[in-house]
Amino acid sequence: MELQLRGITKRFPGVLANDDVSLTARSGTVLALIGENGAGKSTLMNVLSGLYRSDAGEILIDGVHQTFRDPGDAIKAGIGMVHQHFMLVPVFSVYENVILGVEPTKAGGVLNRREARREVKEISERYGLAVDPDARIEDLPVGIQQRVEIIKVLLRGARILVFDEPTAVLTPQEVEEFFGIVAELKARGATIIFITHKLKEALAVADDITVLRGGRVVGHADPTTATPEELAAMMVGREIDLTVDKEPGTPGRTVLELTDVTMVDDYGRPLLNKVSMSVAAGEIVGIAGIQGNGQTELVEAITGLLPISSGRVEFDGADISNKSVRDRHVQGIAHVPEDRNDMGMVGSFTIKENLVLDSYYAAPYSKAGRLQRGSIEESALALVEAYDVRPPLIENTGAALSGGNAQKMIVAREFSRDVPLVICAQPTRGIDVGSIEYIHEQIVRKRNEGKAILIVSTELDEIFALSDRILVMYDGKIVAERLTGDTTPTEIGLFMAGKGS
Amino acid sequence: MTAAQTPPEVAQRGFVQQLTTSVNWRTGLLIPFLAVVTALIIGIVLIMLTGSSFGQAMDAYAALLQGSVGSVKAISETLTAATPLILAGLSVAIAFRAGLFNIGAEGQMLVGGMCAVFVGFSITGLPIYIHLPLALLAGFIGGAIWGFIPGVLKAKTGAHEVIVTIMLNYIALRLVDFFLKTELFQREGRNDPVSKTVEASAQLTQMLGWMNPALRVHLGLIVALIAAGVIHWLLFRTTTGFEFRAVGANPSAARYAGMSITKVYVLVMMIAGGLAGLAGSGQILGVLDRATPGFSSNIGFDGIAVALLGRSNPWGVVAAAVLFGGLRAGGQQMQVSADVGIDLIAVIQALIIIFVAAPALITAMYRLKTPAVSTQISKGWAS
Repeated sequence: MELQLRGITKRFPGVLANDDVSLTARSGTVLALIGENGAGKSTLMNVLSGLYRSDAGEILIDGVHQTFRDPGDAIKAGIGMVHQHFMLVPVFSVYENVILGVEPTKAGGVLNRREARREVKEISERYGLAVDPDARIEDLPVGIQQRVEIIKVLLRGARILVFDEPTAVLTPQEVEEFFGIVAELKARGATIIFITHKLKEALAVADDITVLRGGRVVGHADPTTATPEELAAMMVGREIDLTVDKEPGTPGRTVLELTDVTMVDDYGRPLLNKVSMSVAAGEIVGIAGIQGNGQTELVEAITGLLPISSGRVEFDGADISNKSVRDRHVQGIAHVPEDRNDMGMVGSFTIKENLVLDSYYAAPYSKAGRLQRGSIEESALALVEAYDVRPPLIENTGAALSGGNAQKMIVAREFSRDVPLVICAQPTRGIDVGSIEYIHEQIVRKRNEGKAILIVSTELDEIFALSDRILVMYDGKIVAERLTGDTTPTEIGLFMAGKGS
Repeated sequence: MTAAQTPPEVAQRGFVQQLTTSVNWRTGLLIPFLAVVTALIIGIVLIMLTGSSFGQAMDAYAALLQGSVGSVKAISETLTAATPLILAGLSVAIAFRAGLFNIGAEGQMLVGGMCAVFVGFSITGLPIYIHLPLALLAGFIGGAIWGFIPGVLKAKTGAHEVIVTIMLNYIALRLVDFFLKTELFQREGRNDPVSKTVEASAQLTQMLGWMNPALRVHLGLIVALIAAGVIHWLLFRTTTGFEFRAVGANPSAARYAGMSITKVYVLVMMIAGGLAGLAGSGQILGVLDRATPGFSSNIGFDGIAVALLGRSNPWGVVAAAVLFGGLRAGGQQMQVSADVGIDLIAVIQALIIIFVAAPALITAMYRLKTPAVSTQISKGWAS
C-alpha cells in the first residue's frame, strides 16, 4: 500500500510542530524519516497513528483520503506502529501478548487458546519471524521482543509499518537481524517507515530518505548516492563534522582504580562481578556494552550512589569505597548522569539553579547557609554563554530546554569544575547532531587538559570516536579490554553479545 | 485539545509537583480566582435546591460579605480565623515543597497547643516579653516533635507519612482528652476536661482591644505573617530551602547532587510540625486562653486546602488563609441572618479545592486557551 501525506500541519500553542509536511512512502519500500529531536518526527507519527488530529492536510492510502478520529481508525486503515519502548506484558507469553485486545473467543467469552496460537504461528512463519509462541516475554532477548511487537501489528492487519527508533535498544548483531526482517517484510509487500536519527542505518536500509527540520520537510535524499555528512548537514542546516578530531591520549598517573568491585541486588544476585579497572589522567576510557549489563551500577559505585558489597574504589590513591556522594564530589569527581531528566536536573528549577545543583552548598554560591544570588547568576550567565546553551535565559526552567541544550547545561555544570575525574554516562543519548558534535569536542578538550575521562555509552560509534581504550561490560563483568586502534566494532560487538573469546 | 493530545510530559507530572511548580499568573491567580467564583455559583444552586429563591440566595451571600469584610468587627473576625489557617497552611505547604504530604497538622496543632498552654499557666511572675515567647517556643517544639516522628519513620523505614500522620492525629486527639483530665492540666473544681487558664503574661494580646474588646484579632496574626516571611526566605534564599525544593521536585536528582534525603525529610517535617504547633498555640494563647478537647477544630485539615489554594507559596498561603478566614467569619453571619447553614461554607471550600486540583475543569468551563507547553516552545531553539 502506498502512503501519502499532503500538507500536514499541526500547531501546538506557541509552536508549529509540523508545517506543510508532504511525503510519500511507496508501496513495498522503506522510507527513512530522519531529523533531530524536535524536528517534528514524533508529532507527524502521532498524526499518522490517529493520536493527534492535524490542523490541515490529508492522509492518503493508495490515493484514498483517510480520516483518523482515534488510533483505532489508523489500525483499521492498515497502519501499525512499533514503538521504541515495547508495550508488552513481561509475565505473559508471546501469544498472549500478541492477541491482547483482539483475543479470539469461543462462545461465552472463553479464550480460544488454540486459535490464538495458530494465528501467531501463521504470521511468524509467513514473515520469517521465528519466535516461540509459548515463551515468556521476560525471558526473551530484546531483539526477539521486538519481533513480538512486529507480529502484534501484523496480526492487526497492518500493511504500513512505522518503526520509531527501532535500533536504539539492539546489539549490533541484533541490528543486522532487524535489517533482515525489514527486507523480508518489504519482500512480502509491506510498506515501511523507519524513523531514526542514525544516519548510517537510514543509508543502509532505506529506499528513500526524507529529512525533517523545524517541522518542515527540508529535503529528500537518495540513499545510493547520499553521504552521512550531507544528511547531517540537511538535518541541522549547516556543515557537520561527524568525526571527532583528536590526537592519541597520553595517559599519566592513575586517577581512578577499582579492584574486585562487587555489587549485589536485594536478592543477592550480582550486578557487578569483581570488576577491576582504572582510568589515568589524560585518557578517555570507554565502557561499551548493551544497556543493562552493569554499566549503570558501575557508575553509581564510583560516584557513591549505590553501595558496593566488596572490593575497593580508589580515587587519587585514597580509598573512597565508603564515602558519601557529597564527599566524592568534593574530592573531585564530576558526573554527567545517564538519565538527564531523572537525575541530571530538576525540571522545575531554573537554569541558574540547575547549574549549581551539586555545588550550591559551597563558596562562592553560598555563605553561612544563605544562597549568594549574585554569584549564582554571574556564573550561570558565563556558563550558558561558554557552553552554548540555547536559549541562554537563565530564569527559564530546565524542563523548557530541548534535550541537547539540557545536556549542554549539565555538561557545563560538571565540566566547569576543575577536577581530576569526569564520568560521562550516555553523554549524547537522544540529542541532536549539533549538540553531539559540541559535547564530543568538550570531552576531548577536557582530556587534553589532563583530566581522566570515563565514558559509558551504548553507541558503539561514540565509543570508537572518543575512547583511547575500550572496556566491554557483559553481565556485570568486564569481559574485554582493547586499545581503540587494536580492535574493530565487529570484535567489540561480539564481546557485547557475550560471544567473544 | 482533547485528552489524547495532552503532551505526555504534562500527564506524567506528579500531583504535588503540579501544585508547587512553575507558578505564574495563570496557575497562581487566574485559576484560583475562577475556582472561587465557580464554587460560589454552585453554592447559589445548592441554596436554591433547598427551597430558597434566588433572591434569598443573594441575601445569604450579602450576609457572607457583610460578615467577612462589612465592618471592623467582621474584618477582625476574618483575620482571627485566618491566623491559625496561615500557620497550618504553611505547615502543609513547606512539607509539600519537599515532596511530603503532611496530613498531620491537626495533631501537631494539638500537641503544640498543649505544650503552649502548659507553659502558659504553670509559670507565673514572668514579664510578657519573656513568658509569651517561651510559650510560643514550647508550642513550636511540641509540634516539631509530633512532626519529627513521621519524618524519621519516613526517612529510616520508608513508612508513608500520610498513614503515620493520620494515626498520630488520633493519638494526639485522645492524648489531649487524657491530659485534660489529669491534675496537671485540669482546672481546679471542674469535672469536665478543661485546662487551667493561661496567665495574662503569656496571652497573645488583642491588637484592637483598645477600640472595642470584642475585636478578637490578636498578636498571633503578626506571628503568622512573620512565619510566612521566614518560610519564604528559608525556601528561596537558603541552601536548606534549596535542598527542600530539590528533594520535593526530583529526589533522584537531589541524591545525585549529594543531598541527604533523610536529613531533608526529618528537618522539613519538624519545621512543618513546629508551624502547626504555632497554629495551635495561637488559638490557645490568643483566642481560647485555655485548652479544651479538640480545640484545633479541623484547622489542621483546612490547612491542607489553604496550602493547595496558595500553591504552596508562603504568600499565596497567606492570601488563601484570609479568603478561607473570610468564609468562616462570613458563614457565621450567613447562618444567623439568612438562615443558610454554615455547612455550605465547607461545601464551597471543598469545591474550590476540587477546581484548583483539577484545573482542566476550569480551563474547559471558561474555554481558556490551553497554556503553551514549555518544552515545546523551546524546540524552535534546538541547534
